[in-house]
Amino acid sequence: MSRADLTTAVADGVPGAPRRALWTFGILRSELTTTLRRGRTLVLLGVLAAVPVLVGVAVRIETGDGSSAGPDGPHGPAFLAQVAGNGLFLVFAALSATLPVFLPMAVGVVAGDSVAGEAGGGTLRYLLVAPAGRARLLLAKYAAVLAFCLVATLVVAVSALAVGALLFPVGEVTTISGTRIGLGEGLLRAGLIAVAVAVSLTGFAALGLFVSTLTNSGIAAMAATVGVLITVQILDTMPQLDAIHPYLFPHYWLSFADLLRDPLYWDGIVSDLGLQAVYVAVFGSAAWARFTAKDITA
Amino acid sequence: MRDTAARAVAAEPARRPERGPVIETRGLTKRYRGGQVAVDGLDLGVPDGSVFGFLGPNGSGKTTTIRMLLGLIDPTAGSVRVLGRPMPAAARAVLPHVGALIEGPAAYGFLSGRDNLLRYDRADPSADPRTRGARVDDALDRVGLAAAAGKKARAYSLGMKQRLGLAAALLRPRRLLVLDEPTNGLDPQGMREIRALVRELAAEGTTVFLSSHLLDEIEQVCTHAAVMARGRLLVQGPVADLAARARGRLAVTTPDPEHAVRILEEHGLTGLLADGDRVSADAPPGDVEPADLSAALVHGGVRVRSFGVERASLEDAFLALTGEGFDVAG
Repeated sequence: MSRADLTTAVADGVPGAPRRALWTFGILRSELTTTLRRGRTLVLLGVLAAVPVLVGVAVRIETGDGSSAGPDGPHGPAFLAQVAGNGLFLVFAALSATLPVFLPMAVGVVAGDSVAGEAGGGTLRYLLVAPAGRARLLLAKYAAVLAFCLVATLVVAVSALAVGALLFPVGEVTTISGTRIGLGEGLLRAGLIAVAVAVSLTGFAALGLFVSTLTNSGIAAMAATVGVLITVQILDTMPQLDAIHPYLFPHYWLSFADLLRDPLYWDGIVSDLGLQAVYVAVFGSAAWARFTAKDITA
Repeated sequence: MRDTAARAVAAEPARRPERGPVIETRGLTKRYRGGQVAVDGLDLGVPDGSVFGFLGPNGSGKTTTIRMLLGLIDPTAGSVRVLGRPMPAAARAVLPHVGALIEGPAAYGFLSGRDNLLRYDRADPSADPRTRGARVDDALDRVGLAAAAGKKARAYSLGMKQRLGLAAALLRPRRLLVLDEPTNGLDPQGMREIRALVRELAAEGTTVFLSSHLLDEIEQVCTHAAVMARGRLLVQGPVADLAARARGRLAVTTPDPEHAVRILEEHGLTGLLADGDRVSADAPPGDVEPADLSAALVHGGVRVRSFGVERASLEDAFLALTGEGFDVAG
């Protein structure tokens, strides 16, 4: 590009090269690959993939002597009792086991670090003078965190499916309602449930993003986000606080089990999605307000 | 080497006299929460095509100023125009033409040097993805990092990280480079290379805004300079003018120092100092011919071993301005 071109471009207020809509997605792809190539992310995903293996092997050892089921009832995660009879149930059992803590913790780490980690590492200032644009960068960051929610959930589901198919028989699925559906439909329901679980993490992801705009320390933001998660989970179990339970983001998380009813029962899922939408709107706006007005001193 | 290059650079501003300042601030002020004023009423003007040295002790407000120029920090009062457009309002149009190294380099340790640059380039929506790979390779080549491009950035030395930061500033042809302490962490050879690179870029027409606390660095590469202390701009202008403000010293070596002092005093010289066989004084005003002084000394019977006017350095100018040592935090 000649200097004359540059001069006119600046004078006209038009960036040097003509903008093409697709180019602006470069930053999103860059966010995704940067997030997924980070060693920490891979360790988190590895831990998530190991959970179904542990559960599957435990159930297998427990039922190896020919008895039909391991300990069930209120002690283990939901669906655990059915795993020995149908490997597909390991998907549901693994998601039930990881949803309360492991999955959101992984999301909290990635969301909390998203802005604060770049600030702490000094790379944030270079992205902003590139210029990435503050709203654009924040949006790309949130999109990458959402993608991580889906990837993390799918890692659990796919690992559980593989382990389940390897260790146990796989066949027709008995729904919670007692009817039987074919394996194909069962797999479809498993996919639907994985997506529902991923979507129910979006509110918490927005909260983590907001926390991440408050500090220049990635560690502090991660710790604060995970701390909020644990606190809210505890509050959600206290019967004295019944009145606020419907407003806590994890309250409807386990309603994904309703997708295993026949016919499908949507009420819990809809409540969950509505609540997540409110959290995304509130904390997304807060993150935007904070990040676009913030002095970048790191 | 130093002199010819400096002169070549000095010729730059005259080449395109019709252009306005590349950076212009009016009453620029930043007051942090808690009331501390980091930058106080700054009126800065960086001429197009100049290599502009931005000097000041640590804590004098240089970095806060640079961050306001680049739209990272909002001013409390005053305005900033970069390339003729207001900042930070026009950041998206202006910043693609500005390369910056701010308060040291920053890289993703788990990415290779090359991947770091690709990420920074992707962050710029106006950068052409079709030329991305070639531009990244050119930038790496330019700062001498091509051989280490595939190495993870966490394995880089401080000097290599500094080069990587410079490469990021050079990803596209820039009209303005803002370089905050660009030779930090480099060995003498690396410093020479970076200074040569700055001169080369300036010769291509890029305006370079260079902050440094190394006075000889500014003297070697800059055509213009500004000096800050405690958030205020003390002075700005062409380097030659700044150095001229600090008057040089007249120095005489003689075995008869008392005699020489008396004669020089009679001729109206001030700031006389005698140290052993060396007598010095503030350089005489322009209308006094030094040769007449020399003749006066000899006629007065002073045996003169050497006689001359020592040119003032930028450091003298700085000391005269601030009355304090350069590395003292303001």
